[in-house]
Amino acid sequence: MLRPRIIPVMLLKGRGFYKTRQFRTPVYVGDPINTFRIFCEKEVDEIVVLDIEATSSGRGPRLDLIEDIASECFMPMAYGGGVRTVEQARSILKLGVEKIVLNTVAVEEPEVISHIADLAGSSSVVVSIDAKKKMFGGYDVYIRSGTKKARLDPVTLAKQAEQLGAGEILINSIDRDGTMEGYDLSLIEQVANAIDIPVVACGGCGSLDDLESALDSSASAAAAGSFFVFQGRHRAVLISYPSAEDLARIAKRQQSRHQPSTSGTI
Amino acid sequence: MIGIIDYGLGNPAAIHNMLRRIGIHSIVSGNQAELASADKLILPGVGAFDEGMRSLAARDLIQFLDEQVKAKNKPLLGICLGMQLLGIGSEEGNLPGLGFLPMTFQKFKPLPDSQMKKLHMGWNEVQPVQESPLLAGFDRTPSFYFVHRFFAVCAEQNDLLGRSTYGTQFPSVVGRHNVLGVQFHPEKSHKFGMHLLRNFAEGY
Repeated sequence: MLRPRIIPVMLLKGRGFYKTRQFRTPVYVGDPINTFRIFCEKEVDEIVVLDIEATSSGRGPRLDLIEDIASECFMPMAYGGGVRTVEQARSILKLGVEKIVLNTVAVEEPEVISHIADLAGSSSVVVSIDAKKKMFGGYDVYIRSGTKKARLDPVTLAKQAEQLGAGEILINSIDRDGTMEGYDLSLIEQVANAIDIPVVACGGCGSLDDLESALDSSASAAAAGSFFVFQGRHRAVLISYPSAEDLARIAKRQQSRHQPSTSGTI
Repeated sequence: MIGIIDYGLGNPAAIHNMLRRIGIHSIVSGNQAELASADKLILPGVGAFDEGMRSLAARDLIQFLDEQVKAKNKPLLGICLGMQLLGIGSEEGNLPGLGFLPMTFQKFKPLPDSQMKKLHMGWNEVQPVQESPLLAGFDRTPSFYFVHRFFAVCAEQNDLLGRSTYGTQFPSVVGRHNVLGVQFHPEKSHKFGMHLLRNFAEGY
């Protein structure tokens, strides 16, 4: 049976991993290589690394660091941050990375989505959407690490990304980021119900129940940052990941939704 | 030494990294002379079927693989698209495959009102169907990372080594003598993948 993926999202700043709260106040979490090694030992389903300075600083992806991380990565890895061209995507994929995450460029030059999908296949292209609640209902999309409002809403962007060849949507709630108070389920549902490609929910996870509620809201996979790196009320840094038993339990409950019946034999 | 075939598609570096991790010497190459010096070959691949066959043809590797597999009896493991290319053809394209195994590929058809996607992406179990060195010695049912839209239909049941379920049951591990294929990505499947790649390196 296909298990829903549970995915740690790590934020790269300088040469360290950080965790933000509502996209602000980054707290140092650890050295990327070490952190990766720990996640690898814990056999995580997949991992996402987002360089949150690559676009704002104008420097683009740090290929040397991505290479160091990918060479010890025996699980699927997605990288995002500062990717604007097919050439950049090509060099990153060559290092042993499976997926390219596009955020700012997906709004500013959406055709890049198609170009990378043509090069590497749709399943290698993830469009990440950072959404923030509007004062009087609805959501705005933000780009450039949440600093610039884009003139469209998350559902429109998700549909457009799907049409252009994105294989997956990573939907992140800026309001919930780092709060560990639960996902924005209505945001997840709106986006997941509007498109046919898998949606990865992100932003606000603080418990195993939260992971499940995101999956219940039609997300194909649930991602989190703080939940996998902080422990206890004082948010001491401790890398963790649900046990195999917990994952199996979650998978079993989701099974009926994802695979309602098995037809045919071989 | 294992030769990982570099024909411009897929991610030979990831396979090379994992083989290095488990202490198995490998090279990544698209050069016939270099690949001919390897004891075993791995055909990786991500992307469209016809693009895969065209890329092999552009590097003169179709005839070369035929000789290596049939005349020299060299073990060959196809991974993901690499497995699909071992067959006769695919619904996805028009070009013939390498034809080493009598299998074709068809699209997943999501059941109505289900959350099932056209793309099978994520971790799924592989149930062994018959004994084979490739699937030997796992201490529990292994899970692997899959990303694909097309699945195999085997003409010969004997070629089916392991199967998985996504809406329908489908062959996820196939093989006959020295030709083997896995629909998933062992190089991205933690210790299960390491175990399987070691089985390939040592069992054939």
